[in-house]
Amino acid sequence: MRASTRAAVIFLAPALTAIGAFFFVPVMAAIVISFTDFDIYSLGNWKYARFVGLKNYLDLIENPLFWKALRNTFYFLFVGGPLSIAVSLAAALLLQSKLVRLKGIFRTVYFAPVVTTLVAVAVIWRFVYHPRFGVLNYGLSFVGVTPIDWLGDPEWAMPAIILMAVWKNFGYNMIIFIAGLQNIPQELYEAASIDGAGKWQQFTSITLPMLAPTTLFISIITMIGYLQLFAEPYVMTQGGPLDATLSIVLLMYEQGFRWWNMGYSAAVAFVLFALILVASIFQSTLNRRFKTS
Amino acid sequence: MNCKDAKTSLGAQREISLRRLRLPTFIGLCVLCVSTILVGCGSKTDGRTEVVFWALGAEGEHVATLMPEFERRNPTIRVRVQMIPFNAAHEKLLTAFAGTSLPDVSQLGNTWIPEFRILDALENLSPWLAQSHALRDSSYFAGIWDTNVIDSTLYGIPWYVDTRVLFYRSDLLAQAGYPQPPRTWSEWFDVSRKIVQQKLAEYAILLPTNNEWAPQVIMGLQNGSSLLREGDTYANFSSREFRDAMTVFQQFFTEGLAPVKTTQIVNVYQAMADRIFAMYISGPWNIGEFSRRMPPELQDKWMTAPLPGPHGDIGVSLAGGSSLVMFTSSKKKQEVWKLIEYLSEPTVQLEFYRLTGDLPARVEAWKDSSLKNNKHAAAFFQQLNHVVSTAKIPEWEQIAQRLRQVTELISMGRMTVDDATKELDRSVDLMLAKRRWMVEHAR
Repeated sequence: MRASTRAAVIFLAPALTAIGAFFFVPVMAAIVISFTDFDIYSLGNWKYARFVGLKNYLDLIENPLFWKALRNTFYFLFVGGPLSIAVSLAAALLLQSKLVRLKGIFRTVYFAPVVTTLVAVAVIWRFVYHPRFGVLNYGLSFVGVTPIDWLGDPEWAMPAIILMAVWKNFGYNMIIFIAGLQNIPQELYEAASIDGAGKWQQFTSITLPMLAPTTLFISIITMIGYLQLFAEPYVMTQGGPLDATLSIVLLMYEQGFRWWNMGYSAAVAFVLFALILVASIFQSTLNRRFKTS
Repeated sequence: MNCKDAKTSLGAQREISLRRLRLPTFIGLCVLCVSTILVGCGSKTDGRTEVVFWALGAEGEHVATLMPEFERRNPTIRVRVQMIPFNAAHEKLLTAFAGTSLPDVSQLGNTWIPEFRILDALENLSPWLAQSHALRDSSYFAGIWDTNVIDSTLYGIPWYVDTRVLFYRSDLLAQAGYPQPPRTWSEWFDVSRKIVQQKLAEYAILLPTNNEWAPQVIMGLQNGSSLLREGDTYANFSSREFRDAMTVFQQFFTEGLAPVKTTQIVNVYQAMADRIFAMYISGPWNIGEFSRRMPPELQDKWMTAPLPGPHGDIGVSLAGGSSLVMFTSSKKKQEVWKLIEYLSEPTVQLEFYRLTGDLPARVEAWKDSSLKNNKHAAAFFQQLNHVVSTAKIPEWEQIAQRLRQVTELISMGRMTVDDATKELDRSVDLMLAKRRWMVEHAR
């Protein structure tokens, strides 16, 4: 072994050991467990865990609750994701505009929900969503909307969760967009305005293309984050009403830590893993195409 | 226990933000945990035997004040009370079992006892009881005691008790022609209809199917349903008894006697004061809450009563509450038993009642004036003599949750009673598959 290799190994060893012990071993164990019926009985006595092959995965496919959770998660992803990105972009543009004063304060205000504890936020939003006394229904009553039972109606519960999640999370992406906007050379805009391009043309021909890498990065992390929807429904609705806000991770959590069906729960985890993997590969291929074209 | 689950408060819920738990953070946390354990092991006691006692939620906040007296009487024992938040308790106990770090003694919801017995985590208390001078099974409510006995072995000593009774607006029921609370299901229906017809309240009763399974289970049990069959290895919800009970349950919603959209009612006390509904099935913690939260002019206008039954006697209710259990892994069993005996003394139980409002498990304690003069507690005493336990199997909580989901569909009119009970049988039979295999395996 060359000296430099040995040095590298020595320096990497602590990190690799930690990652191995706390990451790879548990992941491998989880894969094994997903092929067993490990449950509360097995926790007491290993004898009672049986290898069941793909049974957990097959049961999952047959479980209507799984499909419901999958539908809900995709609903959240495809409605909440684009909405979140659009709001972040709008906020970033607003804060970059020369017209806005006190940018620091607004940036802090918009970022505040990101760092606020979700439980505290959820308490406030439950008041906002209250069908009789909530400020949202009060506001809507002026435009003639009859009171909506936001968290109690199966049709409205997911939109309510999306609204809250977007409000809570857009500040994070906004900061990244602001960084992206600041990287666009000012000369481009100057040249464009000399050539007679209007504000809208500048936006579509300079801002959007120049932000493409930032947008792709944001869409990937948003997608990964949104596919792992958990805390919002866990705190706000516990997956209800009528499982309308049950997400994949919430299903996994309930099976694993509430009912202690670890085998089944691990199977859910790997399905989710596969989903995120496929979606990420899809997005990065899209990215490569985009770059070469 | 089940009752406490229902009052899930947001404030107590921890944020589990999986999305933000990154690897470095995770490793950091692990290192922190390990070092805490090492420090913990290194700490020295002052020659006294230290007993670690886990108490949950509000009980955990208050029980520590009872410890100085115990330590004074037993100078060689030191009790370390560790408070566990109620919502996290179940997971924490199971994780502690998996990590062999259970305490010596713990408060345990009596519906959790079957689960921990399966794990062989609970000490058999029958021999301890046989030798004890201080404790006898006859000084407890029979139905409550029974929840601690599985296959004629005792695993816990009841600490405080919990059951469901009817809370009602006595003024509204009197105006509807019922100065005495309803005793039978037909009276119950009659008074409900009158309340709604005479517009005494918007609805007659609150049955929150979005987070409660107890009323549905109670109605099934009252109607003679066994819920499960063949040694609790198969579901029995399609039985006539349970279907009939659910038909009655459904009627409350179809006739507009109970609100379907129950999430609208956030503050039960305010809603009852505002005459949104006049009756509510709930547990002992609400005696204190109603006393605090009902407006002063309504303070003498709410009462409690034992649940109406299908035929006229007091209907059965659920045997809830928490027990004190000793873990098999404990090396300080003598000391633990002393602590259990101490906490079971009638005077200590009364002191605990004053601190927490938890109803004492020892029947002797109920003879004290502080409980005798509490007019709202009387219904509980009557009801506690008519309680039954739910199936003593680890799957029960999961079954109950499924039952809640299905009965929510019934209440919303999205499923017929026949379809719903069939679906419940199907899904519960799946949950019990492993149990059936276990039972056969044991033969």
